[in-house]
Amino acid sequence: MRTRDLRLLIGIIIVVAFSAWVAWPNNPGIHILGFNRDIELRQGLDLQGGMQVLLEADVPATQPVTRDQIEAARGIVENRVNGLGVAEPNVQVVGDRRILVELPGIKDPDEAVAAFKGTGLLEFIDTNGVYLKPGTEVKTTFGQPGSAGTGATPSATAAEPSASPAATSAMATQPASTPTPAIAGTPAAAAANSTPQVQGTATPAAQPTPTPASETVYRTVLTGKDLKNAGVQINPQTQEPNVTFEFKPEAAKTFADFTSANVGKYLAIVLDKKVISCPVINTAIPEGSGYIEGKFTLAEAKGLAVQLKYGALPVPLKVIERRTVGPTLGQDSVARSLRAGIIGLIIVLLFMLIYYRLPGVLADLALLTYALVTIAIFKLVPVTLTLPGITGFLLSVGMAVDANILIFERMKEELRHGKSLAAAVEAGFDRAWTSIRDSNLSTLINCVILFWFGSQYGASAVKGFAVTLFLGVVVSMFTAITVTRTFMRATLAASGDSLREKHQLMGI
Amino acid sequence: MLDIIGKRKWYFLISAMVIIPGLVAMGISFARWGTPFRLSIDFTSGSLLEVRFREKVQPLQVREVVESQGIVDPSIQTVGDGATVVIRTKPMEAEVKQAVESALEKRFGELTEMRFETVGPSVGREVTQAATLAIIAGSLAILGFIVFAWRKVPNSMRYGVCATAATLHDILVTLGFFSIMSLLLGWEADALFLTALLTVVGFSVQDTIVVFDRIRENIPKRRGEPYELVVNRSLLETLHRSLATQLNAIFVMIAILLFGGATIKQFVAVLLVGMISGSYSSIFNAVPLLVVWEKGELANLFRPGRRQPAPTV
Repeated sequence: MRTRDLRLLIGIIIVVAFSAWVAWPNNPGIHILGFNRDIELRQGLDLQGGMQVLLEADVPATQPVTRDQIEAARGIVENRVNGLGVAEPNVQVVGDRRILVELPGIKDPDEAVAAFKGTGLLEFIDTNGVYLKPGTEVKTTFGQPGSAGTGATPSATAAEPSASPAATSAMATQPASTPTPAIAGTPAAAAANSTPQVQGTATPAAQPTPTPASETVYRTVLTGKDLKNAGVQINPQTQEPNVTFEFKPEAAKTFADFTSANVGKYLAIVLDKKVISCPVINTAIPEGSGYIEGKFTLAEAKGLAVQLKYGALPVPLKVIERRTVGPTLGQDSVARSLRAGIIGLIIVLLFMLIYYRLPGVLADLALLTYALVTIAIFKLVPVTLTLPGITGFLLSVGMAVDANILIFERMKEELRHGKSLAAAVEAGFDRAWTSIRDSNLSTLINCVILFWFGSQYGASAVKGFAVTLFLGVVVSMFTAITVTRTFMRATLAASGDSLREKHQLMGI
Repeated sequence: MLDIIGKRKWYFLISAMVIIPGLVAMGISFARWGTPFRLSIDFTSGSLLEVRFREKVQPLQVREVVESQGIVDPSIQTVGDGATVVIRTKPMEAEVKQAVESALEKRFGELTEMRFETVGPSVGREVTQAATLAIIAGSLAILGFIVFAWRKVPNSMRYGVCATAATLHDILVTLGFFSIMSLLLGWEADALFLTALLTVVGFSVQDTIVVFDRIRENIPKRRGEPYELVVNRSLLETLHRSLATQLNAIFVMIAILLFGGATIKQFVAVLLVGMISGSYSSIFNAVPLLVVWEKGELANLFRPGRRQPAPTV
């Protein structure tokens, strides 16, 4: 055996040993001198269950979205996601105006979606004593060009009529008994108080048409930015979820001042320029906290609380694609794929063994090497494994043996033509090479096209397939040719003359 | 020597018998949906909700409940044991989905949401565009590859055309198979279907190339032998390889099909059918076609009694 082959053999053994260590299911990871890297097989959302959401800036296509805006939006979305308590979320900007959110193993996907949508711009507005029906779209001084923004002196309101006639009629018809909506101290305080909050909604019959948004620009007293914290509590009286909030100290003072100056009037709570509730101020609220009642579902309330906590988005977002896989389906897929993969691999191993005998054994060893090295690469890169990805990997197992089959068939022919064993082996490898190269090259080109296609978000399932097939083909070129040839030469060298005449061992 | 080439007209007949039902199915589908098979929400945009109930449910009743939530023209399909239902609608907001789910729970008892996918119109459009580009790029790559592989061979055009014809055969078989399944079982073509198709085509070309390679190698070695005989010999020499390789790939695919995850089955089935077709077409279509061309019998292939018996050795 030539020294070059010996070196190769040693190299292969080292690679196999390292790969086996990496591929070992409970690999502890690398932690040397402050370098920490966990080594684990990453499972895609279709395997572990979870949700993938593609968000897009909800502005007209002609309106540009700056890099800063989308990056800031990404940060806020990430905070909101973290606020939901999802493990290992992935939030990334894709393209110019889109954000991709991946939430593995999420329990309540609807709650998460509720938390992304809308800008989450909360405002407390001075309604000038007018009742605003929930759902009314309003214009406010906040974010208006030329306005001083939060806490501005009511300069903007000065030019407006104090109340439109329609709104006045609304005020006049307030029944004083409906308990919702209410703004008050914390719900606990409200409960202890035990007197129901007395303020009202208009009866439907007397409901005026809401003031058209174009007419009035209301003054923004405070915004979501002034909040220190937000949460969800179930109102003990109504059993409905309320969103609780707490102002920062400065804002708490503004809030206290405003409420004490406007007892008996309304304070509308506006989310994304839409009124969500319009309670009457019963008493001054000095403690700087309160809650919002808005006929929320629990998911909505949680979503809103998360939005309030992490601030408003610079641009509104909408969901343009969403995929959810339940965890049971995912686990089922993992178990099944694993079983299918092992069965497939065993069949191929047996086939090669029975059909090609001695070279088959060597090809099997090369195939196992291939599997180990590929799994190790998956873990090191890391490649996120998905169901199509596993299929791609298994398909590349087929490609890996294809190279060996081409070589062995060539070898058998050369033997039949009377060549010596060693010469036949070399000829087999040499002459099969062009076929192997060509066929693998075309598969690789195909993979590149598929990878590009899979980069489109609607087609992301394709990406996993392209990646694993590509890697598999590259590794198989190494294992099916270099590894098998080295094993072959080593076997021939080790057996000396004893193999020469035993052609039946070569599968002839 | 086993004479494969001599029976060539039978192979073309078998191919036709496989392809024609597929073409018919595609025609029916085209009349029904305007596409050769049903397209998934990946391309059309829309929502897909898969829920599992405790017990078997009737699709018609499910439809009633879904429609009662104001959803226009939903498609309802039960899967497996009948307790799992796939509901397809126009793009659906999370709130609407929740309303549908609670209405279903009210009627049929507790349910588990297995899958919920929504693809907005803009994403659907983009995927369709990307798919078109991928098909064009894939076809160009394969044609380019064929041209490249035969750049130094006399009559290279002829080899290229025969390889392309075999590839078209595989595409037709695969599309036809999918169209039939689409009609019978409601299969929908998604992004993975296209992936399977491109992969199948790539593999099919490789199979053809291995045989053609051998013909190229044998022609100078066996001067004086009739072309048909050289071709037949080359085919037999590579038959082991073709069968061994294909059997391996087919075994793996069958293993995934039988034991693998449910969501991947369509993808693997398409790969499997395509691969079988690919092996068949390279041995029984591409190579015989070369001989047909060489002998100039394209025009009267199926005219009885004119064909000479194949020379034997």
